[in-house]
Amino acid sequence: MTLLSVENLSLAFRTRAGTVRALEGVTLDLAKGETLGIVGESGSGKSVLSFAIMGISDPAARIAGGAVRFEGLDLLTAPARDLDALRGAEMAMIFQNPRVALNPIRPVGKQIEDVLLRHAGLTRAEARVKAVEMLARVRIPDPERRAKAYPFEMSGGMCQRVMIALALACAPKLLIADEPTTGLDVTTQAAIMDLVGDLARESRMAVILITHDLGLAAERCDRIAVMHAGHVVEVAPTADLFTAPRHPYTRRLIATTPRPGVALADLEPIPGSLPDLRGDLPPCRYAARCERVDAACGAGPLPRLAVRPNHLVACARPL
Amino acid sequence: MPRTLRLILRRLLSALPSVAAVVVVTFVLTRALPGDPAAYFAGPAATPQAVEEVRKRLGLDRSLPEQFLSYLGELARGEMGTSLTTGQPVRDDILARLPASLELTLAGLLLAVTVAIPLGVAAATRPGSWIDHSARVVSTAGVSLPVFFTGLLLVYVFYYLLGWAPAPMGRLDLFATTPPTVTGFLLIDSLLAGEGATFRAAAAQLALPALTLGLFSVAPLARMTRASMLGVLSSDFVRTARASGLSRSTVLVTYALRNALLPVVTTLGMVFSFLLGANVLVEKVFSWPGIGSYAIEALVASDYAPVQGFILTMAVMYVGLNLLVDVLYGIIDPRVRIEA
Amino acid sequence: MTATLRHIRYVLAENPVTGVAFGGFLLILLLALAGPALAPYDPLASDTAAALQPPSWAHWFGTDHLGRDILSRVMVATRLDVQISLAAVALSFAFGSVAGVCAGWFGGTVERVLSRLVDTIMAFPLFVLAMGVVAALGNTVGNIVVATAIINFPFYVRMARAETNARREAGFIEAARLGGNGDARILGFHLFPNILPPMMVQVSLNMGYAILNAAGLSFIGLGVRPPTPEWGIMVAEGASYIVSGEWWVALFPGTVLMLAVFCFNLLGDGLRDIIDPRRRT
Repeated sequence: MTLLSVENLSLAFRTRAGTVRALEGVTLDLAKGETLGIVGESGSGKSVLSFAIMGISDPAARIAGGAVRFEGLDLLTAPARDLDALRGAEMAMIFQNPRVALNPIRPVGKQIEDVLLRHAGLTRAEARVKAVEMLARVRIPDPERRAKAYPFEMSGGMCQRVMIALALACAPKLLIADEPTTGLDVTTQAAIMDLVGDLARESRMAVILITHDLGLAAERCDRIAVMHAGHVVEVAPTADLFTAPRHPYTRRLIATTPRPGVALADLEPIPGSLPDLRGDLPPCRYAARCERVDAACGAGPLPRLAVRPNHLVACARPL
Repeated sequence: MPRTLRLILRRLLSALPSVAAVVVVTFVLTRALPGDPAAYFAGPAATPQAVEEVRKRLGLDRSLPEQFLSYLGELARGEMGTSLTTGQPVRDDILARLPASLELTLAGLLLAVTVAIPLGVAAATRPGSWIDHSARVVSTAGVSLPVFFTGLLLVYVFYYLLGWAPAPMGRLDLFATTPPTVTGFLLIDSLLAGEGATFRAAAAQLALPALTLGLFSVAPLARMTRASMLGVLSSDFVRTARASGLSRSTVLVTYALRNALLPVVTTLGMVFSFLLGANVLVEKVFSWPGIGSYAIEALVASDYAPVQGFILTMAVMYVGLNLLVDVLYGIIDPRVRIEA
Repeated sequence: MTATLRHIRYVLAENPVTGVAFGGFLLILLLALAGPALAPYDPLASDTAAALQPPSWAHWFGTDHLGRDILSRVMVATRLDVQISLAAVALSFAFGSVAGVCAGWFGGTVERVLSRLVDTIMAFPLFVLAMGVVAALGNTVGNIVVATAIINFPFYVRMARAETNARREAGFIEAARLGGNGDARILGFHLFPNILPPMMVQVSLNMGYAILNAAGLSFIGLGVRPPTPEWGIMVAEGASYIVSGEWWVALFPGTVLMLAVFCFNLLGDGLRDIIDPRRRT
C-alpha cells in the first residue's frame, strides 16, 4: 500500500547568481508503516526534498515539474487549505537543532496545544490535557510541569522530545525526520531514535529519516535512498544496499562510513566535491567524480535501471 | 505575577544611576550659566548691594558641594525655582502644561505604532512587492524629514488648502468649553464629562500635530519591524509552525510577530528620545501649550529656571519611559522574566 | 583593489539611488563652497516693494516678507549649515573615536568612566539636552556646534569601542605587538585605520542628523540669528506665512534642508553596502 509517491520531481531555486537546479527527476515511494532512509552528503538535496514534500519550501524555490502524491492527493496542485489541513495532522516533520525549532517565547505545552486546536477539534481544556499526555508519551518526566516550561529551560534532547510530541500529537501517517539527532550527544541520539522507532511501530506510521549518517540509516531503515547533487542515484532495501551496492557513489559512500573491523585510516574519502548546480550539467551529475566514467555516461539521458524488482540504480555503468 | 513585580523592582533600582546622572548634569548646567547668575537674577538695574543680596539668597556664595546639597533638597521638595516670565513657580507651570505634552506625545506614538507595525509586517511578508519598496522609501525619507517642516506642510495642505483642520492654535479653539480637569488629557476629560462637541474639537486640534509626530517615528519603527520580521520569518521555529499546518494568522502573529517585536521594543527607547525632542518643535509649530513651547518661550527670554525645570522633567520622563520599555520587554520575553 | 572597485560598481548598479545621493552630495559641496558667488541676488538685500512675491522667473523661489530673494538665501545658507554640521561631526568623531578606541583597548577604569559618561548623555532625550547645553553655554553658533557634538559623541564612542573590541585579538594586532610597537603606535597606525571604514558610514549618517539638529535648534530661535540666512531659521520665518497661504517662504528652505539630510542618509546607506555587504537591509 503506497502512502507517498514522489514522481519525477524537479525543483530549482532562483538566486541572484543564477538558477540552482536543486532537485531533478526525483522518484521515490513509501509504503504505509515503512521507514525509508534518505542519505547523502550535505548539499545533496535531502532537506530540499523533504521541505518540498511538506510544502514548506523556501519562497525562492520553484517546482519545475513532477508530482508528489499523498494517499492519491497531488500535493503540488491541491488547494492551500487542503494542504494546511494535512500538514501537522496527516504528515508531520521534526528538524535538526530542536532548540531553535521551537518558539522561544511560548511554553512548550502551548505549542503542542496550538497544533491540537488546529487539527484535532478539541476544546482548550481537552487540548491542555492531551498536550501533557503527549509529553508523557515521549517519556518526558514530570510532564505537567514541563508543559509550562520554555525551550531555553530545556536541554537539546528534551526539546527534540517536545518536537516529537508536537509532530505526533495528531497521530500522522507520515513523519519526516530531518537529521533529528544532529547536535545531540550520543546517548541522547540513541534514545531519540528508539523513541521514534517505538512510536512508529505502535501506530504503523511511515517515517522518512533524512541523515548523512549511513550507519544510523542502516540501523533504523527498511529501505534506503541515496542522493547525490539533486538526483536519487540508488534505492534499495537496506541489506541489499550494503551487501551489493550498484552505484559507484553508493559504494564510495559506504567505504567512507566507519564500521567494526575497519581501521579509521582505511576509510577512503570521496574524491572531488558536489558539482555547482547552476548552468549546464551532464546527464550524470556524479560523472566528474566517478572512476568508472566513460563515453556512455555523457550520451543520452540518465538511465534508471531496476537491477532487481526492489533495487533501482541511476547509472549507465552500474557495478 | 511576583516575577514581573521583581523584574520591575530590579529595573527601578537600575534606573537610579540614570536619575542621579540627570540631576548632576542639570545642576552643572545651572552653574555654567553665562555670566553671573546673581547679577542676572537681580536684574539689569540692580545695585552691587542688591546683587550681593541675591547671591546670598540664591546660596551662590557657598561652596559647590553645599550648593549641590541645597539643590538636592529643593528638588526633593519639588522646588524648581520661579519663572521670571510668568511669575509662577516653575513646578506649577510645568505640572499645568505637562498633560498637553503627554497627550500629544502619546497620540503621536500610538499613531506611529499602529501604522509602523502593520507596514513593517506587510513589507516583510511580501519582499520585493510595491508595499515593500514603499515601506523602504518611507523609512529612509521619514528619518530625513525635519519634523517642524512636515508640520508646516500638513498645516498648509489640511488647513489652508483643504480647510479640513482647524487653525494650528493650541489644544482647543476659543469657542469650545474646557472640560473639568480629571486627567488633564482633553480627549479623556471631555469623554468623562460627556461633552461630545469638546471631544471632537480637541481631537481636531490634536490630529495634525499628532500626525506630524507619528510620521516622524513611523520610519524607525517600520524599518526595525521589517528587518526583524524578515529574520524571524526565516527562522526554524516559524518553519516548524508552518510544517504543523497552523493557520496563517497563528504563524504570523503568535509565532512570528511576537518574536519580531522584541527588537522593536528595544528601539522604542531611541524612538522616545527622538519623539520627546521632536515634541518641542511640533509644539512650537502648532502653538501647543505644552512644556516644550514653555521652554522655548523661556529660552528666548533668557529665563533659565523654567528651562532647567523642563530639561529635568523631560529627562525624568525619558528615564521612566525607558523603564516601561524594559518592563514591557520582560513581559514579552520569558528569558528575561525568569532570570530576574 | 580591483575587487573593491568591482564591488562598488555592483552596489551602484544594484542601487542606483546611491549614485544619485553622491551627485546630491557634490551639489551640496559646490553650494557650500561657491554659494555666495553663484547666488543671483544679495541674500540680505531687502526690497519691501517686492515682499512676499510667489516664485517667478526673476525670483525662482519667490521672495520673503522683506522682499529678499529666497533662492539666494537658500544657496548662501548651505555654507553655514554644512559648516555647523561638519564641525559638530568632526568634533564628535575626533573625541568619540579616540575615547571609544581607548575604552575598547584599555578596558578597566577607562572604560567604566567613559561608559558612565556615555550613559549620562544618553539618559536625556538628545535634542532636549542640546537645548540645555546651548542655554547654559550661551546662545551662539559655536555653542550649537558644541551641543550637536555632545549629543553625537555617544554613538562614536560605542561604535569605536565595539569595533576595537572585535579586533583586539586579531592577527594583525598581535603581529604589531610582537613587532615591538607600543600601545599608541598600535592604536594609531594599526587599529585605527582598520576601524575607519565603518566609522565613516556613521559619519555620513550622522551628518544628516547633525544638520537636522542644528536646523531644529535655530528653528526655535537658538544659535543663528536673523537676518543670517540659515535653513532652519528661514523655515521659522516662513512658518507664520503658511497659514495665510504664502507657502514658498517656508517650503523651499525646508525642502532643501530635507533633501540635504536625505542625501546624507542615502549616502550613508550606500557606503554601508560598499563596506559591508552583509549588513544590507
